[in-house]
Amino acid sequence: MAAPKIIVVGGGLAGLSAVIKIAEMGGSVDLFSIVPVKRSHSVCAQGGINAAKNLKGEGDSTWQHFDDTVYGGDFLANQPPVKDMCEAAPGIIDLLDRMGVPFNRTPEGLLDFRRFGGTLYNRTAFAGATTGQQLLYALDEQVRRYESEGKVKKYEHWEFLSAVLDGNRVCRGICAMDLRSMEVRTFPADAIIIATGGNGAIFGKSTNSVVCTGSAQSALYQQGCYYANGEFIQVHPTCIPGEDKLRLMSESARGEGGRVWVPKTPGDKREPKAIPEKDRWYFLEEWYPKYGNLVPRDVATRAIFKVVFEHKLGIDGKPMVYLDLTHIDRKILDRKLEGILEIYEKFVGDDPRDTPMKIFPGMHYTMGGLWVDFKQATNIPGIYAAGECEYQYHGANRLGANSLVSCVYGGGVAGPNAVKYARGLQALSDGNGVFEAEKKKQEESNSLLMNNEGTENPFKLWRELGELMTKDCTVIRYNKNLQQTDARLVEMLERFRKVNLSDRTQWANTSVVFTRQVYNMLQLSRVIAQGARMRDESRGAHYKPDFPDRDDKNFLKTTKASFAPDADGPKFEFEPVDTSLIPPRARKYDAAK
Amino acid sequence: MANTNKSVLIKIKRQNTPTSKSYWEEFELAYHPGMNVISSLMEIAANPVTREGKATSPITYDSNCLEEVCGSCAMLINGRARMACSALIDNLEQPIKLEPFAKFPVVRDLATDRSVIFENLKAVKAWVPIDGTYDLGPGPRMTAEEQEQAYPISRCISCCCCMEACPQFNEDTGFVGAATIAQVRLFNTHPTGKSLQRERLAALMGDGGIQECGYAQNCVEVCPKDIPLTRAISEVGGEVMKQAIGDLFRR
Repeated sequence: MAAPKIIVVGGGLAGLSAVIKIAEMGGSVDLFSIVPVKRSHSVCAQGGINAAKNLKGEGDSTWQHFDDTVYGGDFLANQPPVKDMCEAAPGIIDLLDRMGVPFNRTPEGLLDFRRFGGTLYNRTAFAGATTGQQLLYALDEQVRRYESEGKVKKYEHWEFLSAVLDGNRVCRGICAMDLRSMEVRTFPADAIIIATGGNGAIFGKSTNSVVCTGSAQSALYQQGCYYANGEFIQVHPTCIPGEDKLRLMSESARGEGGRVWVPKTPGDKREPKAIPEKDRWYFLEEWYPKYGNLVPRDVATRAIFKVVFEHKLGIDGKPMVYLDLTHIDRKILDRKLEGILEIYEKFVGDDPRDTPMKIFPGMHYTMGGLWVDFKQATNIPGIYAAGECEYQYHGANRLGANSLVSCVYGGGVAGPNAVKYARGLQALSDGNGVFEAEKKKQEESNSLLMNNEGTENPFKLWRELGELMTKDCTVIRYNKNLQQTDARLVEMLERFRKVNLSDRTQWANTSVVFTRQVYNMLQLSRVIAQGARMRDESRGAHYKPDFPDRDDKNFLKTTKASFAPDADGPKFEFEPVDTSLIPPRARKYDAAK
Repeated sequence: MANTNKSVLIKIKRQNTPTSKSYWEEFELAYHPGMNVISSLMEIAANPVTREGKATSPITYDSNCLEEVCGSCAMLINGRARMACSALIDNLEQPIKLEPFAKFPVVRDLATDRSVIFENLKAVKAWVPIDGTYDLGPGPRMTAEEQEQAYPISRCISCCCCMEACPQFNEDTGFVGAATIAQVRLFNTHPTGKSLQRERLAALMGDGGIQECGYAQNCVEVCPKDIPLTRAISEVGGEVMKQAIGDLFRR
């Protein structure tokens, strides 16, 4: 029997982790990525990767990690796969260590661990403050090794457009576009794995990379995949506002002792270092004495919003608070945080070793995503998903340093399951018709865009979308606004028909690609807005002042959206959450659990 | 110094296809604080009109993370090889001149084909040859000092600035470039990685190998990540020499 052929879409941590597992099992892989895989968004992860190795004599355990993750996610995640992930995490760290990741070391030469948000244990392994980069490089190197052995073929600078489904709605491959020649082509495969990351671009400016548009997930949702918990969007409390994006200031800054504060007097004009302790308000430490600055991200973000917008205590009246590292020894900062301090220095121009940083919350992570079962399979046979593009591990709020572990783990589950599925797959009987048909369909939508005579600039439409979604679908949500948002989205989809491309050439045309992404973003935005509208409670990152409490009776449920072609929009159903291992309890961080 | 001009003037060298002729276009943008080259290119995309008022197409360029860690957006900015995301308008002399890298094939406008770096990494086997991904326990123990040696080199983002700036990196020499040599240093000092040391050094011998380096030191000068490239080159150079002499006597 021929080796199973698997297509992996996305070359970040989850995708590469799947590729390695498949190659190791004797499968053959076609790997598709918009950018050269070494340039994937995983490089942006900074602070570290969680695993309960218990190397600090604290009595940490994988069960504690599991409990922190489920509790941090406000009990919305199905528990069995989360437990499996936490149990696999120490082995994942060992594997990465063997691959040569330069993790920081203790004086004895063992792996060092630091504290992150939402836990009281030092559980986070790290390589300076560029852990994601170092992990991605390690996997990239292993994939390059397989590539040189002929087991992996890379298609870099290719964009996924759609899945190819046969008459029984079984996935038989993908349709993709060469971003240089603009050629649309189909590629057969026994199974495909989607590992295309988050959807930050929907919010305009976020901490995400340019490629994180959610376009692939949206295309698959429009083809019949369930999209789960779309309304759960993580806003990271500490970002550096920028013209082109919001740059992340890692939670590790607080893990190493960074303190968040504002001047007690509104509009205090003094330089931060000239403001004495008695005139500073360390509000996180005051409100959450047990966890202090290391409360989970949703909690910290709402606290900052409260201080800035209700107490009107933003620095100089602006939406900003201080994140202060200046009390920490410079040598320690350089050894453990250099990568992120360098980002602040380069992009703001101040040295955070000398001056407190000015930060504000920004859209950061997509908890929701393609619905998958415990084998990482979506509801369409032959389509698997792993990493940030699926919904499985983080519930209503992700804990810091859990994303890297969920990517490596999820990819490691998806790969072998896709191979197993492929080995039992019946060959396609009705020939190549489905491939031709899908190719034609995608070529037609390209030529429609290219020849459209309208007035709407896709880049402007996108900016408008980002502002709308950031305003009404992030930190604080009101039903009235959500309803209006959805109406605006419908109107924008209408305007999209009048889109006009200022570039109509057939070579490396970024406008046509981007315009396709904008359409997919608009469709997926409706899933987010309507999902948020329907969930009348507050849970994790989803907060409604009109419904301030968690409501397990009505909403301890996974939101599942599916695309209704007739209505050209989402329809919803709800699925019970598997809470078989840890009974749900109230989540609060002002005291120990 | 903060720039107080009300507008930003940018000259961009454009090229529609890999084989077509290049041409220049000028853009004038409204100034606002915190602008960088990428945010300027984004603004041009939203309003693709030249300074003379002529409608044009958005600029094609490579970008992804915009935090100087993915290595995508390398280009020549006022003649210097650097990353566009960290090029703040306030710190650039105007008119700002944007050009694609000159030593790599142009794809379109400012986007170039730098895949050669990944081929080079393949040639020197820049990986740790692990037995497999199954659970084999922890990796080799390493001192904090060894980690601190390895980490800076491991931060290389494959942007190719060091290659663009190197006088020896051209078609005549076929020089592999500083970034790849530094990776050889990284993997040859890893406790498991060094099992491939001989093969890596052999790959750096002969034409296009490490001997092509002329010690101009432009590489360290432009490296956005401050990687100790010249130190890596001299260390690896010494090892290559030792191995070459050893091979001579073993023949």
